[in-house]
Amino acid sequence: MINQEMFGNATKTKAKTSTKKRSQIKSIWFRYRKNKLAMFGLILLGIMIFCSIFANHFADYEADAVSQNMNARLLPPDSEHIFGTDQYGRDMFARILFGSRISLSVGLATVAFSLTVGALIGAAAGYYGGRVDNILMRLMDILLAIPGLVMAIAVVAALGPGLINLMIAMGMARIPQFARVVRSAILSVKGQEYIEAAKACGTKDARIILKHILPNAIGPIIVQATLNMGTAILGISSLSFIGLGIQPPTPEWGSMLSDARSQLRYYPHLVIIPGIAIVLAVMSFNLIGDGLRDALDPRLKN
Amino acid sequence: MIKYIIKRFLMIIPVIIGISFLLFSVMELTPGDPARLILGETAAQSDVDALREEMGLNDNFFVRYVNYVVNALKGDFGNSYITGLPVSTEVISKFPATFKLAVTAMLIAVIIGIPIGIISAVKQYTIIDTVSLISSLIMTSMPGFWLGLMLILVFALKLDLFPVTGGDTWMHYVLPSVTLAASTMAILIRMTRSTMLEVIRQDYIRTAKSKGSGESRIIFKHALRNALLPIVTVIGINFAVQLGGSMIIENVFAIPGVGSLMIEAVKMKNTPVVLASVIFVALLGGLVNLAVDILYMYIDPRLRSQYVKG
Repeated sequence: MINQEMFGNATKTKAKTSTKKRSQIKSIWFRYRKNKLAMFGLILLGIMIFCSIFANHFADYEADAVSQNMNARLLPPDSEHIFGTDQYGRDMFARILFGSRISLSVGLATVAFSLTVGALIGAAAGYYGGRVDNILMRLMDILLAIPGLVMAIAVVAALGPGLINLMIAMGMARIPQFARVVRSAILSVKGQEYIEAAKACGTKDARIILKHILPNAIGPIIVQATLNMGTAILGISSLSFIGLGIQPPTPEWGSMLSDARSQLRYYPHLVIIPGIAIVLAVMSFNLIGDGLRDALDPRLKN
Repeated sequence: MIKYIIKRFLMIIPVIIGISFLLFSVMELTPGDPARLILGETAAQSDVDALREEMGLNDNFFVRYVNYVVNALKGDFGNSYITGLPVSTEVISKFPATFKLAVTAMLIAVIIGIPIGIISAVKQYTIIDTVSLISSLIMTSMPGFWLGLMLILVFALKLDLFPVTGGDTWMHYVLPSVTLAASTMAILIRMTRSTMLEVIRQDYIRTAKSKGSGESRIIFKHALRNALLPIVTVIGINFAVQLGGSMIIENVFAIPGVGSLMIEAVKMKNTPVVLASVIFVALLGGLVNLAVDILYMYIDPRLRSQYVKG
């Protein structure tokens, strides 16, 4: 009898929290939707994801984007090549399309890497406090003291250029940001009663952090991750531009710009188009990040 | 207060040691033998071995790291693998160009960014506000090197107003400085706007208004002075970011600065030059942050009195 009652109560509270959760997401979406710029960012990102997934339906990777075709060098934009061709006769449209795959995937991998490592460090620092906090955060300060791009250049210098190394190099510089966000988010919920309740029940530290603290601190982390996608895409293209990132002939927007540099005077469209692609990609993440920040925390908006 | 400044200054030291250790261990992973690099592919193995011994490359990692730090403290960062010259002289000779670029860029960003931010806040939701917000959004989303190329295209190649590359006269610094300034300017516009909007709503602004002060007096005398604190922080943080950005911009405009030196060194696997350049940039960033903290105390009397007492 008592057991049944307890059981009944438990399911009731569970149902309550789940409806509350859904309505929270709904209300966030409701606030987000009202922000026109943020919606524009979401649509831009949608188009970009669509293009990168279905890129091979519009063009052939080997034939159009990679292999050289010296008979069709430096053609101006026309109906067959809507963005023209580069100095090796490769179709610019195809290269831009496949370039979006690289930017999105390396950006995502970079953010995932720095988020995972940063969140673990920040969670440990915030949860345990005291000496652990002090040591970890001083280490983060050291990482933060090096300008991100300089750091990435140095790491690439040691590991050599390439996809994975690029990701590690870009990710290293971003770890402290996530560590700081996660730490402060954890400090803000650490003192709450439900954490003490979980502790009193004898829940393990790792479970408390993962199950009870992080979900409540997820908002600022998502915002930080979104904004970092933008800066990561910028960083990847910058490193590729100076020849330390993605190596040719892989179509990457930054290395395309590096190739086209010498054609700036007579074929400016080769430089203009990849740049616009980068601007749009980065802007979509910036808009979404800003929109999410406002939607998640309505107090911030004045 | 002097005590505080000295304390802050000493805090830079562990940061620099940490950075150098981090980089030194990362560089340790670099494939390739420096001795082989210096002597070339064709050199005899016995010569390479002799040079390795002479350079101390056969010592264990920690011995070499401690040696490096001790020598670095004496100002000796080793010799460049390529030119054989002391690295410190090489880095210092490239320093003025980078510093000039970073400082002019910061000046441009501040002189243009802060007034636009103020106007945006005062005329909130007008067309001026919208235009400045959208242009700052575009500026933060733009890769610096691409903006540089676009400026070269328009102002150097089409209009022929400025030289394309090089670093000899002040004319050479106009386009790169503007390029480097763009992202900081965008951040300053947004930051100034939002802090000004916050300050304008405070009670003391209403008091000043009700006492009949003129609008410009309220804005510059009462609002801006209080909004300045977070703005100064942003300037300090972004100076270091700009130093990083200037590495790429120098490459675009072929300016002979620390950035060009460093990128070249990375490509040639010239480890001592890479290490010294990074340490140098980090040190500079640390010093600028310190300067900003000191500036804080002059701007905010509350902080000043705190340190005078303590």
